[in-house]
Amino acid sequence: MALSAKAKQALLGPLNKNNPVLVQVLGICSALAVTSKLEPSLVMAIAVTIVTAFANVIISLLRKTIPNRIRIIVQLVVVAALVTIVSEVLKAFAYDVNKQLSVFVGLIVTNCILMGRLEAFALGNGPWPSFLDGIGNGLGYGWILVVVGFFRELLGSGTLLGIQVVPEVFYNMGYENNGLMILPPMALFLVGIIIWIQRSKYKDLQEATN
Amino acid sequence: MNRDSSLYTILYASVMVILVAVGLSFTHQVLSDRQIANENIDKMQQILRSLRINASPKEAEAKYAELIKDAYLIKVDGTKVQGSEGLLPTDAAFRTDIAKSGEDELPVFVANVEGKVVYVIPMTGKGLWGGIWGYMSVSDNGSTVYGTDFGHDSETPGLGAEIVYQSFRNQFEGKDLLKNNDFKSIAVVKPGHSVADRDYVDGISGGTITSKGVNDMLLESVGKYKGFLLKLNADAGN
Repeated sequence: MALSAKAKQALLGPLNKNNPVLVQVLGICSALAVTSKLEPSLVMAIAVTIVTAFANVIISLLRKTIPNRIRIIVQLVVVAALVTIVSEVLKAFAYDVNKQLSVFVGLIVTNCILMGRLEAFALGNGPWPSFLDGIGNGLGYGWILVVVGFFRELLGSGTLLGIQVVPEVFYNMGYENNGLMILPPMALFLVGIIIWIQRSKYKDLQEATN
Repeated sequence: MNRDSSLYTILYASVMVILVAVGLSFTHQVLSDRQIANENIDKMQQILRSLRINASPKEAEAKYAELIKDAYLIKVDGTKVQGSEGLLPTDAAFRTDIAKSGEDELPVFVANVEGKVVYVIPMTGKGLWGGIWGYMSVSDNGSTVYGTDFGHDSETPGLGAEIVYQSFRNQFEGKDLLKNNDFKSIAVVKPGHSVADRDYVDGISGGTITSKGVNDMLLESVGKYKGFLLKLNADAGN
């Protein structure tokens, strides 16, 4: 099934030139908090993608009925309900990961990406483009988390998904895990580096300097 | 109907809230059995870790049933509460959460590891950012630590959060809680420091407040079992 140009833009734009983290700089708080290991980063990426996609679809379906005065409240209720369901499912089927993510699953509710997409896109578009937009933005947020989580776990703990990948020989030769990588500020540096790489590749994203 | 009228807004909000509430309670109902089972298995894993056994979630229940021989509540003076015995997760000892209740009845788990009787007691305290907790297994002389397990809500990764790792936990093995027939606990000190009148282990460098939290937990939370431990010690005849 071929996608129309608009649908393609909704799905693929957020992965690169309209990335919620890199370009709009949204959702940074959780990007710093959950990325010290790869596994919670992956779960968080999936959780946010699911919640954004379905919240977008639901709001898009309801968009002609929502009273304007309480539209933010309606959006919040929909998002909060979806997040609660995700959290309950994680508790039942991925208990350990849920423990690692702790409060951050609940805090998806306050992720600016969600409210941003609902306000900017779902209220003005049909369910199908809204669904694609949600998936696109969730993945756009998610791939940053996974990249940051990959480097933080590799350099900070010498493991990936909990499996030792830095060989013992390195440690015997004096290599040490970088403890700084585990702390939140390093996530900020890594996100900064990704933004740097992206902007040097796409010059049109650079702000004009005076 | 006018989308911006007050009546419509109120009706819309009410219907939405009721629908969401029904949906969420249904989800919770469907999943709650599995969630409780997960929590129980997690607790069993912690108790097993304090017995120096690393069990995966799948093995935990079988291993727990194999090793834990008895579980009951005790009073502060160390005597058993009559009728509180029971091994199942639904029985009193397993259900009692010492962090929640300022209870005067405390759970004890009796394990048989490699032919020796070991008593597992829970503990609870405060770290830097939130709660810390753990289990400690004590030999039948009521004093010598067999193993420990620690957990935390939100201690700093790489610093305070290191208390969950074996390098910290293993230090407690073989240390004594009692000295000269009195409960002295085990001190957690800055690496390199020492204390004269009781056994001690090294804290976490850079995790000073969490280390102090563990120190206080060993003193206060384990201290509630003072009567029980002294009684075990007297029964063991030394």
